Amino acid sequence: MNHYAPWKNTLVVFFLFITSLYALPNIYGSDLAIQITGTGDYVVEENDLEGINNSLVENAIDFKSVELINSNILIRFNDSKSQLSSKALLKDTLSRNYVVALNLAPSVPQWLSGLGGKAMSLGLDLRGGVHFLLEVDMEAVVSTSIDRYYNELRTLLRKDKLYKKIRKEDNLLVASFKTEEQKNEAKKLIKNDLFDLRIVEGSESELEVSLEMSSNAQKAAKSSALNQNITTLRNRVNELGVAEPIIQQQGSERIVVQLPGVQDTARAKEILGAVATVEFRLVDEKNDVQTAIQSGKIPSGSKLYKFKDGRPLLLKTTVISTGENIVDASSSVDKDNNPMVSITLDNAGGRTMLETTKEFLGYRMAVVFIENQVETIIENGKTVKKRSKTQDIINAATIQGTFSNRFQITGLDSSREARNLALLLRAGSLSAPIEIIEERTIGPSLGADNIQKGLISVLVGFALVLVFMGWRYRVFGLVANVALTLNLITIVSILSMLQATLTLPGIAGIVLTVGMAVDANVLIFERIKEELRSTKNIQKAISAGYEKALLTIADANITTLIASLVLFSFGTGAIKGFAVTLSIGIITSMFTAIIVSRAMINLIYGGKKIEELSI
Amino acid sequence: MSLKSLNIPVINFVGNRKYALIFSTILLAVSIASIGFQGLKFGIDFTGGTLIELGYEKTADLEDIRSKLTSANYSGANVQYFGSDTEVLIQLEPQATTSAQLSSSIIRMLGDGIDVRRVEFVGPKVGEELTNDGGLAMLYALIGILIYVAFRFEYRFALGSIAALVHDVIITIGIFSLLQIEFDLTVLAAILAVIGYSLNDTIVVFDRIRENFLSTRHIEPGPIVNDALNQTLSRTLMTSLTTLIVLLALFYLGGEVIHSFAGALIIGVVIGTYSSIYVASSMILALGISKEDILPSEKEKKEIDARP
Repeated sequence: MNHYAPWKNTLVVFFLFITSLYALPNIYGSDLAIQITGTGDYVVEENDLEGINNSLVENAIDFKSVELINSNILIRFNDSKSQLSSKALLKDTLSRNYVVALNLAPSVPQWLSGLGGKAMSLGLDLRGGVHFLLEVDMEAVVSTSIDRYYNELRTLLRKDKLYKKIRKEDNLLVASFKTEEQKNEAKKLIKNDLFDLRIVEGSESELEVSLEMSSNAQKAAKSSALNQNITTLRNRVNELGVAEPIIQQQGSERIVVQLPGVQDTARAKEILGAVATVEFRLVDEKNDVQTAIQSGKIPSGSKLYKFKDGRPLLLKTTVISTGENIVDASSSVDKDNNPMVSITLDNAGGRTMLETTKEFLGYRMAVVFIENQVETIIENGKTVKKRSKTQDIINAATIQGTFSNRFQITGLDSSREARNLALLLRAGSLSAPIEIIEERTIGPSLGADNIQKGLISVLVGFALVLVFMGWRYRVFGLVANVALTLNLITIVSILSMLQATLTLPGIAGIVLTVGMAVDANVLIFERIKEELRSTKNIQKAISAGYEKALLTIADANITTLIASLVLFSFGTGAIKGFAVTLSIGIITSMFTAIIVSRAMINLIYGGKKIEELSI
Repeated sequence: MSLKSLNIPVINFVGNRKYALIFSTILLAVSIASIGFQGLKFGIDFTGGTLIELGYEKTADLEDIRSKLTSANYSGANVQYFGSDTEVLIQLEPQATTSAQLSSSIIRMLGDGIDVRRVEFVGPKVGEELTNDGGLAMLYALIGILIYVAFRFEYRFALGSIAALVHDVIITIGIFSLLQIEFDLTVLAAILAVIGYSLNDTIVVFDRIRENFLSTRHIEPGPIVNDALNQTLSRTLMTSLTTLIVLLALFYLGGEVIHSFAGALIIGVVIGTYSSIYVASSMILALGISKEDILPSEKEKKEIDARP
């Protein structure tokens, strides 16, 4: 009685060995590091490694090591001063094919990482960073699509002069006709060529028909807008230089962006949410802007624009080129120390620019800055989306000579503005306005505090429970303490193996598990005590105690698991972390408190003649 | 064999249950009244708004910060020390045009050289969603547990445990309302964990009641339930104590961010321990549990016999 078969003991020992091994990486801490990755299609390789190594050595920067792992170059440092100075150095020397980002790299020894050992990944509330939830303005997506269909519909029906008038009403296109035959003819054409549009049921009258986007077309437009925005955001985040960013879709119209370690959150906010682009237009030199304003008549082919300071100017409606033609942009200062942005256009953009500048030499060309903003505001207790579009002329300069794909924009307010504009133009524009609907930023100092406080509370709570259990249950208490320690190690090991993110609530989950995990042992020990009161056979009491408590433990833990599963499925990031560690802790505690503690009790008492139990 | 002969102290829990009933009724009435009249002090997770935690090198001048905010026309700003007098918490209710940019402009306005420890912005729509989701989560947890307990035990046990859980949740929320402690997302998580914990306790007692029904020839449910409560008492107290120990460590050492989370768990564990002794078992007695209900075969037979 009370004897485990050797294979069972071996299995327990083997299991504990494995979990301890994979919990080990967490004790090594981490190094300050810089991580260098390629942007877009560019992959960093052995050559880059050599170049970086050389430039660090040339500039006498003190670093620990530099290595290439999974197309990432990782440079480790001893102090933050050399980390920061080499970031500045590398940002200047490396081209834009590289992302240079500050990072923390776990310093797990080679042999351990060779076995796949990894430290737990820390959540934003522990390492510091920003969490954004962005919402894409889907109404704007549909509305833009309708604008496009409006043009397509007109082109389609114009060929045979079928329609009398087409107008846009909200998200509907209403087409009116001269005769019913024309209407039917048009319906046929639409059905064949514009199958994304469908007739609104019951809207058709004798000479009029309303069209809307089919739900499939709407869905496709929305999902493509979301995907395009994710791509653009990824480019922008690369420009910001962030190690291990997370950019992913959440639901059908939201995007989560997590930027670990970002310090300048104000800039991150400006950059991520900005829906800004530029347009190049010719100035209408033939008409006088003041007369146009006074008479209220804007000449056809022109449109009234304003400079940022409010000065009006008439610009031609035809656009020479837009932000979409820009392949590169960089900020610098001109000879008078004014901020400027140097632009490179693609071939198509360059060609039109060349033709225009040739034809309109001596005319002025204006750069219009366009920004779309969307905000959710509370109006009479209801949340409403407020959209605004600003179109400002940032400069209008005389075309002095012909140029094609390379030129500069000046007239910017500050070098910060120039930097941001260059970045936005490089990264591409968002296909639909987005709004930050949630932000959670944890500064690095609070992150470090959280780690320290979390660790202390785990350790203190743990130590107190150990003392308490030892005092109450003697030898059995010590066994429970070993089981509890192993449970803690197992939780850490499983979290590391799963690479689940550890958050502060996650640490709270571990603390709570420490308190609750002894429950299984308490149940067993109290049961053994009870059995001892009715039997003289000590071995039988131990065995009955374990057996009778088993079902209770299972029932009690399964219900707790149900609650934590609900937590997991509902919770946002941080709460998920709590649910994950709590669930893992409950499951591992069943193993350590029942099987491991039994193995130890068997080793201590099993098969021996015992007078009295120390319980 | 009676418990006395086994040298186990016997407390007449079942006999005292009318006092417990009065006690619980008062607690529930006060809680519901407070929630109804005073309401909860919801954090920005649920109301939406902006929260900024700043770290100063020296003692921060709250008046200065307040006057700066007022002169910049930010309405409804709540400025207070957070943890120590070098740390300041600024909370702003949703403004007419609340946006994520708000916090940046406030930080810029307050000047350079301040350590930005934490910024949270929750848009009005997100807050609304979190409130709905939170309510739903509570409901789902209760339903899931109801199904499991009914399946493992019997419907009276399921109703008994749900009664205990609802009791615990209402009183825990009631205390948050009474003391006007901020109720945020982590508190909600704590309450869901309390549901799990309190149930854990209740199940252990129920398990013992079932076992006792099956192993003794007593028919009277009262003494059987009382025996079960006494037999599990030392375990109930031990587990509550170890859990409370770690929670107190978390409460005092875990830092401000985790403070109300740990507080909610402490309240919940105390109430949950009480309810698993008094509320859940009183409930099943009130529902008229008897030995026949526990024996599955006989119960099924009875059901078949009862059919017309």
